[in-house]
Amino acid sequence: MTMAASPSVLQRVSSALYLHPRLLLLLLLTPPLLWLGVIYLGSLFSLLLQSFFYIDHFSGAVVREFSLRTYRELFTASHMDIILRTTLMAAAVTLAAAAIAFPLGYYMVRYASMRMRAVLYLGVMLPLWSSYLVRVYAWKLILAKEGIVTWFAEQLHLLWLLNAILSIPVVGGPSLSISYIGTFMVFLYIWLPFMILPVVAALERVPRSLIEASADLGAHPRQTLRKVIFPLALPGIVAGSIFTFSLTLGDYIIPRIIGSSRPFIGQTVYQLQGVSGNIPLAAAFTVVPIVIMGVYLMVAKRMGAFNAL
Amino acid sequence: MSEGNRVAVSFASVSRVFGEVRAVDDVSFEVADGEFFSMLGPSGSGKTTCLRLIAGFEQPDAGRVTVHGKDVKGVPPYERDVNTVFQDYALFPHMSVYENVEYGLMIRKLPAAERRRQSEEMLELVKLSGLGGRKPSQLSGGQRQRVALARALINHPSVLLLDEPLGALDLKLREQMQDELKDLQRRVGITFIYVTHDQGEALAMSDRLAVFNHGRIEQIGTPGEIYEHPATAFVAGFVGVSNLCEGEFARRLTGSPRPFAIRPEKIAVLAADAPMPDNAISATGKVSSITYLGATTRYTVAVDGGQLTVVRQNSGDGGRTPAAGDTVRICFARDLVQSLKEDSA
Repeated sequence: MTMAASPSVLQRVSSALYLHPRLLLLLLLTPPLLWLGVIYLGSLFSLLLQSFFYIDHFSGAVVREFSLRTYRELFTASHMDIILRTTLMAAAVTLAAAAIAFPLGYYMVRYASMRMRAVLYLGVMLPLWSSYLVRVYAWKLILAKEGIVTWFAEQLHLLWLLNAILSIPVVGGPSLSISYIGTFMVFLYIWLPFMILPVVAALERVPRSLIEASADLGAHPRQTLRKVIFPLALPGIVAGSIFTFSLTLGDYIIPRIIGSSRPFIGQTVYQLQGVSGNIPLAAAFTVVPIVIMGVYLMVAKRMGAFNAL
Repeated sequence: MSEGNRVAVSFASVSRVFGEVRAVDDVSFEVADGEFFSMLGPSGSGKTTCLRLIAGFEQPDAGRVTVHGKDVKGVPPYERDVNTVFQDYALFPHMSVYENVEYGLMIRKLPAAERRRQSEEMLELVKLSGLGGRKPSQLSGGQRQRVALARALINHPSVLLLDEPLGALDLKLREQMQDELKDLQRRVGITFIYVTHDQGEALAMSDRLAVFNHGRIEQIGTPGEIYEHPATAFVAGFVGVSNLCEGEFARRLTGSPRPFAIRPEKIAVLAADAPMPDNAISATGKVSSITYLGATTRYTVAVDGGQLTVVRQNSGDGGRTPAAGDTVRICFARDLVQSLKEDSA
C-alpha cells in the first residue's frame, strides 16, 4: 500500500509513458529520425542542389544559381566514357558475384553440415575483418608481373595463356595488376561477401518442402531450380546486387591502385572536389549512380523480383 | 472399397535407418487400389517416413517398396505416378492459385488454355472457384489446404499421399474437411494414403488403417477391428480410451493374469446389491471421481487392486446416476474383454 501512496519519480515517469504510448514512440523515434532526416537525407539533398549550380571557369568560383550547365558538361564524350566504363565494370562485377554466390549459397544452405557451414560463413566474413587497403595492396602483389599468378602460370607452363589473356585489347594490359581484368578481379573479391550473405539469407527462407513439392509434381531438378528456387532467391540476389553494383560504382581506391590509369566515377569525383574544386560537377557525377540504381530497382520490380517478398 | 484386388502400394520388410534411429523397422503392408488407407501413430513413429518412401523423397535401406507392382527403388519423385499433399501445404508463394494448381501441367508442357480449363475444373471440385487469381498468402488455412489438394489431384495420380493435411486447421474446419476429403476420395476413386496422429480422424475416414509405434506396425485393420479388437496395449491405449488391466489386477477380475483391455463405455455401473448377470466379469468398488463431459459422464471407480474408467451416456432417461463416494457394482460381458499380446510396448 505504501507503494501506491508515494510513487518515486521514475515510477511516475514510467507509468506516464505506459499510459501514453505515443509519447514513448515520439521519444524513441526522434533521435533516429533527426539523424536520417537532417544529416542523411539533408546532405543528399544539398548534394543534389549543388549539381544544379555551376562553376565560373574564369574565376573558378561556384555560381549559386539554378542552371543545367553542369549537367550539359557531364554529358560530354569524355565524361560519358567514365560513366560507361564504371557502369560496365559494376555490371560485370555484379553478374560474376551472383554467379559465384548462388551455387555457393545453395551448397551452404542445402548440403553443408553445420560445421562446414560455419567454416564457410567464416571464410566469407573473415576478409571483412581485415583492412580494405591491406587486402587491395595484397592483390597488387598477387597480380603483379613478378607476382604469384605469373609464377604459378610459369610452373604450369601456362604463361602463354596468361599472355593471351593479357593481350586482349581494352581489358588486357602489361600485367594483371595494370589491366581491367585485374581491377575486375579485385572488385569481385572485395564485394563478394555482400552478395553471398543476402543470397544465403534468401535461400534459407526457401523451405525444403517447396523443392520436394516441385519434384513431386513432376519437375526435374533443373525445372525446380528455374521455376521455384531461383524466383524465390531473386530478392536476395537483387539485394546483393544493390550492394555490389553501388559499391563498385562509388569506389575510388581499387581502380587507383589496380588497373589501367583510366578513371572511374569515384576517382573523378575525388579529383573534381579536391584538386579542381569543381563541386557542382562532382555532385552531378554522384547523381549518376543514384539514378542508375533507381532505374535498376524499377526494372527489377517490374520484372517481379520482389513478388516473393 | 477396393476395386478388384489390385495392389496400389506394397511394402515388403522395408527399413529406413537415420544414424542410430530405425525410423522404419521391417514394415510390411499392402494398400489396395482405390482404398482410403491411414497410417496412424504418435510423432516419430515412422508413418511420415513411410509416406516419403512412397513419394520418393527417401530410399529404403532394406526391403522393397512397389507402386502398382513396380519396384520403385532409385526412381526419383518426379518420375513417380504419385502426388503429395504436404503438411505445411508447400504452396509456391510467388505464384497465384492458378499457377500453383497448374504447376504439374505446366511442367508437362500442356497448352495454357488447356491448363486453365483443367485448373478451373479442379478449383470447382475443391470449392474454390473464383479464387484462382489470388496469392497463397491471401488465403485462409482451409483454402490453402484445398489448393494443395487441387494441385495434387490435377495430375490424376494413381496414389495420393496426404501428410497430416488437416493438422493446422481448427477443430470445426477439420471435421468439415474430413467429410469433404472422404467424399472427394469416393468421387475421384484414387487411392488415398493418409498420415495422421489423430485417431478420431483415422477412424472416421479410413477403409483400413495401420497403427505405427517405434517404426513398426502394431496392427492393421478396419476402424471397427482396430477399435473393437486392439491387438496390443499400445493400440488399445492410442486408439480411443481403454482400461488396461494386467498382472494381479487382471487375475482378480478375470481369473487369469493375461493382460486385457476393456473400453470405458462397455462397462456397466449397477447398484452395489444388484444381482450379477451371467457370464459377466464384475467387481464392487467406490466411485472416486465424476467428470461431466456434456454428452457423456466419466466415472473413475476404485476397485480392489486398481481403478477402472467408466463412461456413461447422459441419456436423461431417468436412470439412477451414481454420486461420488457411492459403492457400486461394475460389470462387463466376458466376450467384450480384449486379450492383448504380452510383449507389446
